[in-house]
Amino acid sequence: MSPAASGGVDRSQLPPLRPVPRFTFPRVMKSTMANGLGVWTAHHDEVPITEFMLVVRHGAASDPIGHEGLSAFTTDMLDEGSGPFSALEVSEQLARIGAQLGVDVGADAILVGVSSLTRFVERALQLLADIVVRPALREEDFERVRRQRLNRLVQLRDMPGAIAERVFMRLLFGDAPYGHTPLGGEASLNAMTVDDIRAFHQRTFRPGEATLVAVGDVDHDTMCRLAGAAFGSWDGGPSTSVRDDVPLPVPARLNIIARPGAPQSELRIGHVAVSRSTPDYHALVAANMVLGGQYVSRVNLNLRGEKGITYGVRTAFEFRRFPGPFLLSVSVDKAATALAISESMKEISDIRQARPVSASELAIGIAALTRGYAKNFETCDQLARAVAQMALFNLPEDFYSEFVPRIEALTPDEVTQAAARHLDPSRLTALVVGDVDPASQEFGRLELGVPELLSPDSI
Amino acid sequence: MLLHEAHGCPIVAVNIWYHVGSKNETPGHTGFAHLFEHLMFEGSQHHDKGFFQPLQAAGASLNGSTNADRTNYWEVVPATALELALWMESDRMGYLLPALTEQKFVNQRDVVLNERRQNYENRPYGLASMAMLATLFPDDHPYHWTTIGEIADLKAAKVDEAHDFFRRFYHPANASIALAGDFDAESTLALVRAYFEGIAPGPGVERVRRTAALDEERRIFLEDRVELPRLYLAWLTPAMFASGDAELDLATDLLAHGKTSRLYRRLVYQDRIATDISASQSSREMSSFVQMSATAAPGHTLLELQDALLQEVAKLADEGPTEVEMERGRVQAETQFVQRLQTVGGFGGKSDQLNAYNTYLGRPDYFSEDLGRYARVTHSSLQATVKHYLTDGQRVALSIVPRGRLDLAIPDSSSVAVS
Repeated sequence: MSPAASGGVDRSQLPPLRPVPRFTFPRVMKSTMANGLGVWTAHHDEVPITEFMLVVRHGAASDPIGHEGLSAFTTDMLDEGSGPFSALEVSEQLARIGAQLGVDVGADAILVGVSSLTRFVERALQLLADIVVRPALREEDFERVRRQRLNRLVQLRDMPGAIAERVFMRLLFGDAPYGHTPLGGEASLNAMTVDDIRAFHQRTFRPGEATLVAVGDVDHDTMCRLAGAAFGSWDGGPSTSVRDDVPLPVPARLNIIARPGAPQSELRIGHVAVSRSTPDYHALVAANMVLGGQYVSRVNLNLRGEKGITYGVRTAFEFRRFPGPFLLSVSVDKAATALAISESMKEISDIRQARPVSASELAIGIAALTRGYAKNFETCDQLARAVAQMALFNLPEDFYSEFVPRIEALTPDEVTQAAARHLDPSRLTALVVGDVDPASQEFGRLELGVPELLSPDSI
Repeated sequence: MLLHEAHGCPIVAVNIWYHVGSKNETPGHTGFAHLFEHLMFEGSQHHDKGFFQPLQAAGASLNGSTNADRTNYWEVVPATALELALWMESDRMGYLLPALTEQKFVNQRDVVLNERRQNYENRPYGLASMAMLATLFPDDHPYHWTTIGEIADLKAAKVDEAHDFFRRFYHPANASIALAGDFDAESTLALVRAYFEGIAPGPGVERVRRTAALDEERRIFLEDRVELPRLYLAWLTPAMFASGDAELDLATDLLAHGKTSRLYRRLVYQDRIATDISASQSSREMSSFVQMSATAAPGHTLLELQDALLQEVAKLADEGPTEVEMERGRVQAETQFVQRLQTVGGFGGKSDQLNAYNTYLGRPDYFSEDLGRYARVTHSSLQATVKHYLTDGQRVALSIVPRGRLDLAIPDSSSVAVS
């Protein structure tokens, strides 16, 4: 028996790729309540679970200057008691129906989600409304939660990745809306009062600024009826907008935070890039797959595959309402820090012109994005998040159903051009958190200017 | 071979468990099972290049993981790419060795050393599990070391050992395959047979059997690059699926799951002496352990934390759970079981669950009975189990303190070496 025929099957070549059935996103039914709250539902009956997700179109970018962290702090306070109930009583009521409360504060939005067994759906929705619309926001809870959040900041000082994330956003955006992480900083947390929390809740948690997403084995009319009962008394009011008039800073090209004794360097490289509404969205998603968005991407094959200096490296365009960062994140062997910076920058630069995206690379990227697309929509939570994105960024009705054909239609040239338009090697900023010598020749050879030495708290 | 049809999404999960983990290693050779998992992604005889590329190109997501008891590998593929996943998995099960070279071995060993730095050495409190396992289990017990292994052992590992390891553990007689998703069971079974039946079964693997017992309270400390000291307490508990296992799962849930839990209420909400708490049982084939942790809020000591933790444990042992806690525990267990059924593959999805039951119990259809174990827990069985296992004299207390602050450890703790 020849090796190629071992096992009675043909091992001389891999089975050919077969076409993937076209993916269709479930129909999203939309209604708007009298107070302005959108109710968007999608049907899913694989398991007896229902997921609610309230999307509020304000996030950390809506934090006032000096009160960085206010939106996340306010969100954290929501389940600290509601109406006459204490924090523990609210949690107890959720726990008794096995419901999970999840909150997620991003730059552009706050998501408050509850999932439960479908037989408890009415109770779960009522509790979600109590939490979001009628939080107690008591002084005593405020002080306790502030203490916890300050302690969290202390603990993050132990985590090089968290230090890098926080400082890097500050370097890129300064005082502009994306210049801080949702947690905020010590000074801004200390500057807040419970009245700031109450005022923020007042002006941000408004039915006209929110959409209730529901996914599960319950029909749209029933969902609307339940939503009406739970959220009908929520008051409307004028909307507020996110300030977007603060100029972006010009950071040093190379920044270092010393971390003596650290065996690895935590590295961030990037610049402010592009917003979610860009017409280049699909081309950039594809470009990122080739550059650093998957295991077989250029930077990962280089830094992990060839050089073996890291466990893994990723790049991403963070698509937000306003231009968000393009970001490369990696943790490397400390001796290889300068090498990792130069190789990463070279890869980012090369994809624009010197080594344009090839047809075969694009084919791999497209396949990875499209052939497995359906598995992104398997669970209630995945579907609810997808509908939430539609609501948040006003995505067209057919966005998910059209994603695959749009990506498949891309050409290598379009993808390279989009990368060239939105990646700018001359503006790349690098941040190192690690045990490195800033004066070493290796850093000098990077030609990124004199390294700026920072402390985790100096910024 | 286990097949489960689920037609909700046009995808199929392929999941393979090899019944080998770090418990099959010996002192001086730790970390090998996990290092070997890496080698499984580096190519096999008929596809002697990266394992990821053709599968990702076909739209698959895939991964693998190693723990003390087993190693698993999975792909989730579009329904039309099932055959590719079977081809790839069967090729590395049947024909890995001709492609397993010295160079690949050395390269992956370096990747694992980096993984160790990133996930253990460079992570705050990241060495806690090493210190805890080394103290809970005696030197020659296979749970004495962590799955990532010791640096010196990894550096000394040789490619020849990898070949031996493969022959012993990576063959059909030590593996279980589960498929779940959008396929027709009859024709798919024929396809699975075609790809796997020609692979020789390999030698029987003798089960590792070892017992462990703590005969005294042990106090240890470790210095780390952390701002806030943290206390870990751990006790040995019955093996996975053994009598008492479900009781201790529910007990740790009511102690530490969510804001209603007793430890959160007491240490974080009321006394405000801790920034965070946790408690869970790590269930394993030979012996499990319950571990609790609490991080000291600034100005508070690990001794205060220990007093509060132990008082809450003692209270549960003396009075048992309340009716409300029992009701909550049961509905939460049911919800968690149903949540896990939402996915066909990946870690914890349907196919992974089928293989877990098959590998550990030889009972792939154990799902309902497993849920039943939790439904049958009573007030008195939970109380009695806590009282029996979470005792004072058979406990490890690990203090992790900022460098140079040994004074912050629980008094009379001794230094523990991790390497």
